[in-house]
Amino acid sequence: MELLNALVALTNYVIIPATSYGAQLALGALGVTLIYAVLRFSNFAHGDTMAFGTGVVILVTWGLQALGVSLGPLPVALLALPVGIAATALLLLGTDRVVYRYYRGIRAAPVVLVMVSVGVMFIMNALTRFLIGVDQIDFADGERFIISARTWNQMTGMREPLTLRTTQVITVVTAALVVVALFWFLNRTRTGKSMRAFSDNEDLALLSGIDPDRVVRVTWIITAALATVAGTLYGLDKSFKAFTYFQIVLPIFASAIVGGIGNPVGAIAGGFIISFSEVGLTYAWKKVAGYLIPGWQPDGLLQLLSTDYKFAVSFVILLLVLIFRPTGIFRGKVV
Amino acid sequence: MSTSRQPGETSPLRAPLFFAILAALILLEGLTTGWNSALGILNMGLISAIMALGINLQWGTAGLFNAGAMGFLALGGLAPVLIAMPPTPGAFAAGGWGILLAFALAAAALVGAVLAWRRMSRFRGLAVVAILLLGFALYRLAFDPAVAAIEAINPSAAGNLGGLGLPTLVSWPVGALLAAGAAWVVGKTALGLRSDYLAIATLGIAEIIVAVLKNEQWLDRGVLNVNGIPRPWPVPYEIDLQSAPAFVARAESWGLDPTLASTLLVKLAFLALFLVVILLLIWASELALKSPWGRMMHAIRDNEISAAAMGKNITRRHLQVFVLGSAVIGLAGAMMISLDGQMTPASYNPLRYTFLILVMVVVGGSGSNWGSVLGGVLIWYLWVKAGDWGPDLMQAAMAPLPEGDFKSHMINSAAHMRMLLMGALLLLVLRFSPRGLLPEK
Repeated sequence: MELLNALVALTNYVIIPATSYGAQLALGALGVTLIYAVLRFSNFAHGDTMAFGTGVVILVTWGLQALGVSLGPLPVALLALPVGIAATALLLLGTDRVVYRYYRGIRAAPVVLVMVSVGVMFIMNALTRFLIGVDQIDFADGERFIISARTWNQMTGMREPLTLRTTQVITVVTAALVVVALFWFLNRTRTGKSMRAFSDNEDLALLSGIDPDRVVRVTWIITAALATVAGTLYGLDKSFKAFTYFQIVLPIFASAIVGGIGNPVGAIAGGFIISFSEVGLTYAWKKVAGYLIPGWQPDGLLQLLSTDYKFAVSFVILLLVLIFRPTGIFRGKVV
Repeated sequence: MSTSRQPGETSPLRAPLFFAILAALILLEGLTTGWNSALGILNMGLISAIMALGINLQWGTAGLFNAGAMGFLALGGLAPVLIAMPPTPGAFAAGGWGILLAFALAAAALVGAVLAWRRMSRFRGLAVVAILLLGFALYRLAFDPAVAAIEAINPSAAGNLGGLGLPTLVSWPVGALLAAGAAWVVGKTALGLRSDYLAIATLGIAEIIVAVLKNEQWLDRGVLNVNGIPRPWPVPYEIDLQSAPAFVARAESWGLDPTLASTLLVKLAFLALFLVVILLLIWASELALKSPWGRMMHAIRDNEISAAAMGKNITRRHLQVFVLGSAVIGLAGAMMISLDGQMTPASYNPLRYTFLILVMVVVGGSGSNWGSVLGGVLIWYLWVKAGDWGPDLMQAAMAPLPEGDFKSHMINSAAHMRMLLMGALLLLVLRFSPRGLLPEK
């Protein structure tokens, strides 16, 4: 029984939150890694792209709610997602046309493109704030829990609570669907294959008649979709605030690099490695330890790191990977 | 690092002209808004210029992208707290040794882990993990009670270790050293790999340094802030000036209100101090860049492969210049805290203290020291003024519209105009004038 209690506590406080957070990071890291694989630079504006997409989704959600639209137990934001993706795709395609295309033409060094993405970041930052402001916004509606602490107690009679929020399930299911669709696209369709070819060897791809502009366009559109979905899921799960989306680029970059930047499988693995380490190291293990070792009541919380230092986890994992395996776990690109 | 590096001809009058425009802007500010505001912008602009000099050393002379200026700045700002503040009575006796012991244990565990990794052949992964876990447990055992003891001392006014009570000027080089130490650790791991790894690693260290400053109360009182940091040597206090009859008489003979005159004099004293530091920095870096070392740095930046073929150790040189640049940023951090007289860790914002500095360097002219100074002051001026102009402009633009949610929303978000302005400036300069306002010679 005690073992079971420990397991429930572990699931409730570590496994469920880390899984949904990991799925959000993985989607974000997929966007970063795709841009890296095809356009060959680290996009510092990715966090703000996510914020912009989420901002549009929130506005449309408000509109739908005002019209009285409801999805029953599901949040209305899911219905607003396509609009958010379309708006973000237009923004990214416009940015590429006005900003990035020139630097591709002159074959600028990757680090110059990183600097350019900082400029884009400033502008998107301002756009998002114009659009939706700086305040914290909670836009999740519908059913809040799939399993609430009380239903769990009635179902099992256990003292240790377990809650499963709707947003957490939606996050994992949506992320899984998006990832399946992405891999199907990259591996099975003609456009996806041409993207991979372009990423592996640009010159060879050009010689084989692949249209580079088309590849770049498709990449931006997919990135817009990934960023908007990732941002909306994160916002549904934890509420939206423009500044947190800027900060989340650090764990996202860390996920992409840990998995091997430019490698989609790596981005997903990296997302979960980062999220489980972050949640596991900042969780107070006192309760679980109390169940596992009967008769022992530890004095402290048995928390390895205070939650204020969650960024330190991403950073330390990043440093370890850079020291021991700079290409990442799944051997990404090293250019 | 600009993309086209042909040494085009620029008029020798270019620099004096731009600095004259800058001076005119500051003068205009003084005449319209007041000299306190003008000198305030100028002082903070000069500190920004020093940060820009540090970033310019990294980006302009070596093409290294540092996305963590905020962290090195904040770490430098810790120096005045640790050096210039008076010690908290009894704090060191209560927990100082415990904290030192904890750090020694942590260092010993790290060294032990590295040794185990190097010496052992089988099970070394397990051994390293075991050593680190044990080290962490021992560290917490020593650290936690020590911190509790220190934070219990007079928590409303102190609750931290306090400083050494040395002159504030001493803390400036110390700030540079602190930042250099952090930069060495980051550079050692992230340099020599792909160019943008450094950017991401520095982004991370910056967040962590600021998190440490916000949360470690025993060190700098965290979000409770440290107030009353002593001023550096020649700068007087307004109160002393106002109570000095000689100063009051002198101010009145000039037709100035003594209170106003005292604030102006304090700002002028800071200004003089900052100018000395900037001139010294520019002199030193111009000297360094003209030396064989500087020619080597330029050779590496312009073609890494050929420089490596000539036997230059690129990673080593990059590490060197990265540490030097970060030290300059740390110096700026210490100066900024001395100017403010208080340490407020919650005020460090990456847009203001990391990315705005990049805009300063690029707009001023990558690789050009005078360009960084120009960019630092000019962009800071625009940043401050855009905060004022934005709402006015929006008010005017929205005037014909009826009152309503949309109008108030647009007027309220006008403060974000400066982000838009900075982004647009950065993109325009990168695109159309990649060598900046004052191109490198």
